[in-house]
Amino acid sequence: MTAALIAEQVLNGLQSGIMLFLMAAGLTLIFGVMGLINLAHGSLFMVGAFVAAATAAMTGHFVLALAAGMAAAAAAGALVEVVVLRRLYDRDHLDQVLATFALILIFTEGTRAVFGSFPLYIDLPLWLSGPVTLPFGIQYPFYRLALIALGLVVAGLLTLLIHRTRIGLQIRAGENDREMIAALGVDIGRLYTLVFALGAGLAGLAGAAVGPILSVQIGMGEPVLILAFVTIVIGGIGSIRGAFVGALLVGLTDTLGGIFLPEIFKLFMEPAAATRTGASLASMAIYILMAGVLILRPTGLYGARAA
Amino acid sequence: MSREGALNLVVLAGLVALPLWAHLAGETFTVTLATRAVILALAGVGLNLALGAGGLVSLGHAAFFGLGGYAMGILAFHAQSMTPLVDGLLPGTKSMPVIWLTTIAVSALAALVIGLLSLRTAGVYFIMVTLAFGQMFFYFAISWNAYGGEDGLSIWVRNGFPGLNTLVPIQFYGLCFAVLALVLLLSHLVRRSPFGLVLNAARQVPARLEAVGLDPTRVKLVAFVVSGAITGLAGALFADLNRFVSPAMFSWQLSGELMVLVILGGVGRLFGPVVGAVIFVALEHWLDGVSDYWHVYLGLLLLLIVLFARGGVIGLVAGRERAHD
Amino acid sequence: MTDPVLEARGITKRFGALVASDGVSLDLRPGEIHAVIGPNGAGKSTLIAQLCGGLRPDAGAVFLEGADVTALPVRARARKGLARTFQISALAMEDTVLQNAVLGALGASGRPWRFLRSALSDTELRDRAMAALTRVGLADFAAARTAEVSHGQRRQLEVAVALTLAPRAFVMDEPMAGLGAEGSAAMTDLLDGLRAEAPILLVEHDMDAVFRLADRVSVMVNGAVVATGSVAEIRADPAVRAAYLGDAA
Repeated sequence: MTAALIAEQVLNGLQSGIMLFLMAAGLTLIFGVMGLINLAHGSLFMVGAFVAAATAAMTGHFVLALAAGMAAAAAAGALVEVVVLRRLYDRDHLDQVLATFALILIFTEGTRAVFGSFPLYIDLPLWLSGPVTLPFGIQYPFYRLALIALGLVVAGLLTLLIHRTRIGLQIRAGENDREMIAALGVDIGRLYTLVFALGAGLAGLAGAAVGPILSVQIGMGEPVLILAFVTIVIGGIGSIRGAFVGALLVGLTDTLGGIFLPEIFKLFMEPAAATRTGASLASMAIYILMAGVLILRPTGLYGARAA
Repeated sequence: MSREGALNLVVLAGLVALPLWAHLAGETFTVTLATRAVILALAGVGLNLALGAGGLVSLGHAAFFGLGGYAMGILAFHAQSMTPLVDGLLPGTKSMPVIWLTTIAVSALAALVIGLLSLRTAGVYFIMVTLAFGQMFFYFAISWNAYGGEDGLSIWVRNGFPGLNTLVPIQFYGLCFAVLALVLLLSHLVRRSPFGLVLNAARQVPARLEAVGLDPTRVKLVAFVVSGAITGLAGALFADLNRFVSPAMFSWQLSGELMVLVILGGVGRLFGPVVGAVIFVALEHWLDGVSDYWHVYLGLLLLLIVLFARGGVIGLVAGRERAHD
Repeated sequence: MTDPVLEARGITKRFGALVASDGVSLDLRPGEIHAVIGPNGAGKSTLIAQLCGGLRPDAGAVFLEGADVTALPVRARARKGLARTFQISALAMEDTVLQNAVLGALGASGRPWRFLRSALSDTELRDRAMAALTRVGLADFAAARTAEVSHGQRRQLEVAVALTLAPRAFVMDEPMAGLGAEGSAAMTDLLDGLRAEAPILLVEHDMDAVFRLADRVSVMVNGAVVATGSVAEIRADPAVRAAYLGDAA
């Protein structure tokens, strides 16, 4: 195993982690402000990917496709918030789980009805494709590097939004005390719709952005949703910083575990058995990580309060 | 007798009469559908103990359902391929009673570990953690190539039960129904028992339990373990019905559907999962014939129930006097 | 002087810059009602939480019948004979009044791990629960759902559940809360008779009740006990009048 391979895998881990962050940030924001657990967040990821794929196929314009995916998910999110979810903020978590599970069913079959059952693919434009040469002669796909950069930029913008703007002030106030933000004269209904659309937009952007490296297909959102849940449990609910750290941990553990665990087992097992055992264990690595965090810090690395 | 009690009797009578009629009329497929409903009902009764009585919103009960399925699949696989389960030691088996006991032990153990970890949290954390652990089993099953990996395992001949020919649909149905009836009876007793009383209070006012010297978390853990064991047993029967197990039995969709059928019937009510499972299987069957997209209708129905009819079907029929939410 | 049943020795609890308990020492002696009064925010709830085990003090210790229980959780202290009532009724509202009382009896029996026999047909549990309900005057409402009885009856049920534990000491958090004049009078009579069974540490805002019931009164201000004494002594204490009773007394 070479240093170049290790570096490549670390970059892969960072890339998938940072996309996971886009999902987890929206989820954790929505929970933090509205107290809502949204299982349909993965559906918004899927909507973003499908709309981006369709836009790219129609216009051939990749950046436009990304923007369309994000906008469509934000719009779908806002619609769902206004029609269904705002009735659930004061309900218990069971009702929220059921209603958003119902939304998954509706989104999944709705997407199937509109786009068909076959996977779609997004072609990268020339300027984003191909490998680049990094220091130490490491060859790495340019697009994956661009994804890492995109994620970092979004993380930075999100931090600015929350800590430096009026909307951010209202969001932080909303996380602490609903009455306080009403006292500030804020239209809570509009704020909630906005926060939900923001979270949905981030999920849609993530879906659109990973479209070129995954196949865009029905049901693609839920595995990512569950990873995002693992991320939030590790990072602590309601914390953007926790979502960031948790996402990178999950991304790196998942990627590196799949590569290194079989190698580690080869040190003391015959190769075939080592590959089998390593692969099985690697599939559970992030959940074992989550279990470890639960044992040591049940409210997550950055979580202050029990939910 | 309360309206709910009367409704329960009607449901029970229907579960005896309808499959018998279908059997006599030669409608074998209806018997199979009824078997499917009864098995899903059993899984739901398991979930209802955690969800309805204990207030534990577990989105990972497919883990136990799948474990039950795989316990059956692995034991029967070794029996049919005449290979030892553990080198030179344990053989496989085609005997349902042995498979059931194994299933109950395995899923109870898994529920104990998952419960110990998940109950360190509450609220949305609990939901996310149980969902995640369920997914862990899903991926593990996919990567476990010795037992079929993604493709799953086929069992050629349904396992046997002493004195019955389980290959005859109505006999297998009778067996599944008997298991369900027994578990319902036990459930009924447990709800009135000291443990049931304490569990019910642990959901409503955990602080009160502490104040009288009891540990609400431990009570919930025991409920979670029993709940997992029951759902696991249902998984073994489900695998025997299909003579097939695959990672799909571990999927998050299945966890969600189990929860949906409990809610459909009425959460926290003894017969809630039974009524829910019958409706669920009927919808699945009829709507699938009407439209390729039957899940859309299921989703809409579920939304309506959550928004407007929180007591489920039993709540609509029998009133809310015994509702648990 | 007899040994105290329940005792706080110099307990201190800080939340950030706020000192919620500032070296609080007080004790509860056999046969007495010891009232703790003080304005809102004086630290009475924090004191109760530390006495009962919900909060761990930063410094100091809590003793129950001479044994140091500072490290024990709520349920362990309950099993050692400390029974509390809640300011906001903590009852299983879906269950009947009797079921709530049986819950206490089950806690006292320490045997909740029975799965098949009906809890209500267990005569030992039932008798114990009914005795407590009879004592507080709720025997006729045993079969009523807790959500459907009056607020005053729920306050009585709080006390009944505590009674089923046959405790060595009661800690009561505003048992008169929300009661009208008539309800307060009935509750006062009830508590008056209970002190013979086990002493009561009574946190209460209803001054009429406090002055009628208390053998001793402690006054808390800003996390500290500023005075302890008989009702007459407290009424006369100029510092107390200034800090708390004001012109109302």
